[in-house]
Amino acid sequence: MSTTLPTSAAPTNPPPAISDASQLDAALEHLTSDASVLRWSETEAEERSGYQAPTDEGAGERMIMNMGPQHPSTHGVLRLVLELDGEVITRSKPVIGYLHTGMEKTGEDLTYVQGATNVTRMDYASPLFTELAFSMATEQLLGIEVPERAQWIRMLMCEMNRLSSHMLFMATNGMDLGAVSMMLYGWREREEILRFFEMVTGLRMNHNYIRPGGVAADLPPGWADEVRRVLDPLPARLEEFDTLMTGQPIWRERLQGVGVITAEECLALGTTGPILRSTGFAWDLRRDMPYLRYDDVDFDVCVGTYGDCFDRYAIRLAEIGESIRIVRQILDKMPAGDYRIQDKKVTPPPRARIDESMEALIHHFKIFTEGFKVPAGETYAAVESPRGELGVYIVSDGSGKPYRMHVRGPSFVNLQTLPHLMKDSLIADTVAIVSSVDPIMGEVDR
Amino acid sequence: MSDVAEDATEVVAEPEPLLIHGHPATDDGDVVVVFPAKAELLALATQLRTDGYWQCLDLCAVDFLTHPTRPVIPESVTPERFEIVVLLINHSARTRLRIRVQIGEDDLTCPTLFRLHPGTEAMEREVYDLFGIAFDGHPDMTRILLPDDWEGHPLRKDYAIGRIPVQFKNSIAQG
Repeated sequence: MSTTLPTSAAPTNPPPAISDASQLDAALEHLTSDASVLRWSETEAEERSGYQAPTDEGAGERMIMNMGPQHPSTHGVLRLVLELDGEVITRSKPVIGYLHTGMEKTGEDLTYVQGATNVTRMDYASPLFTELAFSMATEQLLGIEVPERAQWIRMLMCEMNRLSSHMLFMATNGMDLGAVSMMLYGWREREEILRFFEMVTGLRMNHNYIRPGGVAADLPPGWADEVRRVLDPLPARLEEFDTLMTGQPIWRERLQGVGVITAEECLALGTTGPILRSTGFAWDLRRDMPYLRYDDVDFDVCVGTYGDCFDRYAIRLAEIGESIRIVRQILDKMPAGDYRIQDKKVTPPPRARIDESMEALIHHFKIFTEGFKVPAGETYAAVESPRGELGVYIVSDGSGKPYRMHVRGPSFVNLQTLPHLMKDSLIADTVAIVSSVDPIMGEVDR
Repeated sequence: MSDVAEDATEVVAEPEPLLIHGHPATDDGDVVVVFPAKAELLALATQLRTDGYWQCLDLCAVDFLTHPTRPVIPESVTPERFEIVVLLINHSARTRLRIRVQIGEDDLTCPTLFRLHPGTEAMEREVYDLFGIAFDGHPDMTRILLPDDWEGHPLRKDYAIGRIPVQFKNSIAQG
């Protein structure tokens, strides 16, 4: 695959391209001003929609327009309130909440066993990552270490999920920009990966596969062949993507220099993931604060240079290549052993034991009705999801349910970059910009 | 740049209470938690920012109404019903740091971090929406997830979940 992106050097290198906090201050002034963000309430935005007469302060004629929540390229139900000067966006505001179902509140009423079922529905394009973060937080509170094989299975599943999530991005990004055939190609590759997920977890999405204590089931026979079957055609397909998009003049014209952001602005706005890396700031939790067994595999952190839509596209394309590299290594290194911790308090007994042992039956019943008790405390666990730092903060009161479960959704935070990215760009570029941020509204609204 | 996490482990070996920039703190070996008074939150965050904690990753709240004993807290800090939990990250030292601010029920306000970390805008709106804690100096203190005319703040512990009990009286299996 011919990627033009520079990749960072050895993991020991300091990640930041910024040396001290004073460099960040310059970005603060315009980020905290009203220059690019409309700060109106929902009702206010409704009342003021339409034509705006010139103001005394010198602002000319403006038009307030709603884009979404039903617009096909808003990735679900994102609504953008745009203030327009002709065809140019002066200020904007993302309006969210259309998918809010109170999942954090629901999480307080579900046991830790049931919790994974709930959180997996947040980021529906990369459900395994939320399950992983939730399970890691629970395990930190329990003070348990999951077996070696479970760690590697988790890594395998998450990297496959990163592939499927980035393939979804390739598909929708292509379609949003008019490369409709890309939609079919991206969807085709994703479908193959989902087929692998179905084989392992029984479900194509919302797997509830990674659970506190390990994973729900061992990998089925023939899993490695299936992974190879999925991976083998990918390098050639990525070449096709390259031909279809990367080198194509229309594609470049449409993306290069559009929606530019700097590393300083990203840090100030809390932005993580591909958007932060597109600015040249090499920060990837897998390398910089490793979890699971990412220490034992080789991969590069892909960074961009200009922080524009093209870099964000190219980073994701390059990350697909890196994920394939990681999965290939996992195939070689997958250890034998338990797929979940052999701790009767956390893990239900095997099905065969239930038939012969009363205690096993009681344990099974207890775990699935009351759940297991988790020592009181608070903890935060974070993973590098395809969209950035995905963290779960849990406060436990010592009972079988989390006292408070908060999810730090990368899409939710990254969405705040939109007004700054869209400032002074054309309406037509909105679609390119929203698409390059790659928000998943299920996680934004939770 | 000073490394707060390392300083912390040195001090914690002694019986004296741990202080970070003059604020009581705890260190469980994994993460340092600082407990500033509400009025000093912004000053502390500013100091930590020069220490290398450039990015505010997360800001949320916890309602300790039914769990007053709560996770470990230094003796000098008076526990209140609500806590604002802020998570900062230091990219050079590769450490995270947590700030927990006590918010009393009688004064449901907290100074905003928006001027220092503009990324907290949406997170503070979320806390306002779901807990009813208003942030002083925030440019857009409106609801973010729920409709403007929603009543109550759902993530509070005294906000009922409104569950409908499920009964299986007329199920086919029993009939």
